[in-house]
Amino acid sequence: MAEPGHEVGGDRAIIAPILETGRNFYITTGILLSIVAWAVFVWLLQLRHGLGMTGLNYPVMWGIYITNFVFFIGLSHAGTLISAILRLCKAEWRRAITRCAEVLTVLVLFIGMSNIILDLGREDRLLNVLKHPHLRSPLLWDVISVSTYLIASSIYLFLPLIPDIALMRDFTTKRRWFYRTLALGWSGTPRQWRVLERAITVMAVIVLPIAVSVHTVVSWVFGMTIQPMWHSTIFGPYFVAGAIFSGIAALIVTMAVLRWAYGLGEYFKEVHFRNLGALLLVMTLLWFYFTFSEFLTTYYGGEPVHMRVFDAKLWGPYAPLFWGMVLCCFIIPFGILAPNRTRNIPGTVIASIFVMIGMWLERYLIVVPTLINPRLPIARGVYYPTWVELSLTAGCFAAFILLYALFSKVFPIISVWEIREGRHQGIEEAMERIKGYLPAAETRAA
Amino acid sequence: MPRWGMIIDLDKCTGCQACVVACKVENNVPFAEPEQAALGRVIAWMDVITTVEGDYPNVRVRHMPRPCMQCDEPPCIKVCPVSATYKNPEGLVGQIYPRCIGCRYCTNACPYTVKYFNWYAPQWPEQMESYLNPDVAIRPKGVVEKCTFCVQRLQKAREQARVENRQLREGDYIPACVESCPSNAMYFGDLDDPNSKVASLAENARAFLALEELGTEPKVYYLREGEWHGRARA
Repeated sequence: MAEPGHEVGGDRAIIAPILETGRNFYITTGILLSIVAWAVFVWLLQLRHGLGMTGLNYPVMWGIYITNFVFFIGLSHAGTLISAILRLCKAEWRRAITRCAEVLTVLVLFIGMSNIILDLGREDRLLNVLKHPHLRSPLLWDVISVSTYLIASSIYLFLPLIPDIALMRDFTTKRRWFYRTLALGWSGTPRQWRVLERAITVMAVIVLPIAVSVHTVVSWVFGMTIQPMWHSTIFGPYFVAGAIFSGIAALIVTMAVLRWAYGLGEYFKEVHFRNLGALLLVMTLLWFYFTFSEFLTTYYGGEPVHMRVFDAKLWGPYAPLFWGMVLCCFIIPFGILAPNRTRNIPGTVIASIFVMIGMWLERYLIVVPTLINPRLPIARGVYYPTWVELSLTAGCFAAFILLYALFSKVFPIISVWEIREGRHQGIEEAMERIKGYLPAAETRAA
Repeated sequence: MPRWGMIIDLDKCTGCQACVVACKVENNVPFAEPEQAALGRVIAWMDVITTVEGDYPNVRVRHMPRPCMQCDEPPCIKVCPVSATYKNPEGLVGQIYPRCIGCRYCTNACPYTVKYFNWYAPQWPEQMESYLNPDVAIRPKGVVEKCTFCVQRLQKAREQARVENRQLREGDYIPACVESCPSNAMYFGDLDDPNSKVASLAENARAFLALEELGTEPKVYYLREGEWHGRARA
């Protein structure tokens, strides 16, 4: 068992959170747990009395549960997509951040899916989607695509975890049986390594199209109807771009919290935040481009039913939220991320927080204003979420943070073996690769 | 196979709402308490949409009774994830209450906003409970419901015809709203029967379909206002 890869060595900081738990952790989880418990209690009330406890009505049949669903599924894009792209591109700076991105994906998908259940009038009949599936329904496409994504990204999270679980099995005395079971008999033989690396690459390739399909299909829930400002061909790519945008922001915030809470500054370095910040900047511009095209097309066409929704967003009752969204999704992040000087750790974190707020608003502004303005001149709707919806939303966020915190207490939140591989092989490989990009010395001489 | 359809003559409609009341009684549509009504929780399978045009004193009020359009190409059916809403061979668009999961996708996909949701379990004043229509299922909380063209009346009429050993005749099957209209503004029958009143009215020059441009092919035709107003002005 004395294989060189199996002592923790210099990377003790990564597993320190698993070995020692401070008072702050208990306080934090205590607070989170009480929020979740409250949300569960409120949910039971809603189950008992019905969706009448929400602010939903005729014709505003969807509200912040659906907003949360779209938002959380969007966040899930960070993880797997970024990690897979960086892995496939052999971007060496990925090593510290892939794990925490992949965890983000899996957990946030659970939260997103639960929001659909919160929104159902008959959650007891949820299994009807399996018993009586109707393949023409975009919601069924969602069921298929999101569950495929959940399975694929769980596998994609688990595979690179195996060597680290084995490390925990050999290193700690805590929860030995648990790590032993999950390590699947990993002993680090060359054959095992070959198989694992192959499997990770295959999963990275598989997971990319699935990730793109997920948010495309989520957008089609709206895009496939003929309702004003939902029925748009741009929605697929618009939602995917928005998802990656909010996902990167979520990843940056998560990394900053981990760095601060567990003292992982050695691993989550400024360069990681700078690189992700540059990606976020690109997505900010892409977001602006999509939003601008979408709204200009509607405005130029000027169809009255579409214009009612357009007006409600730009200068009507939703104007504060709309311009708040523009501020949060474009003006603030662009202002912070464009100058090199402010694209540092505090800068990217602040920009990311605004992006997440802005992207939640964007989802809300897609769902609600269209429903408020139906085609027929019936009374215009109004919608204000009630304390029930706000409690359950708070519960969702708390549950996500809680699950994340618990994960980080059981599994290394940074991939130990990938860091080590980077030190031992990565540097050499990268040098070889760079040499491969350049013309050979002889050719130059000739 | 008949293709059931409705004609609503907007010239004759007085906006009296008798159809709305008749529909609620016939179909066991639950009440909404005043505070629920203020929240926009009223269920009205048949509703009269009232619009006011012009500025005082040159004001004109228009009424438009709006049942389910019973589209031949219904946008609501396509989107249901569990096939809880369907079109039967006679073109009636139905809702399977015991299967509906209450996702409200169909309500949002309907361009005519004819679908309603049961926010709470339905309730009636005690005295009213014995007057509920035994032919119509009471919907549980959490499911979507809408106008069915009083399909229970079709079933009854068909059984009656079978007992009397004859074919279904025009007028055997009439929804409650049409039956109750005091100004006879509504007509009902088989659009595919060339001899029926509805088939000839659907060919009328005043006939139009609501939001026809969407291609939903409704089976409710409206007759444009004009004849009466035109005569009054002349």
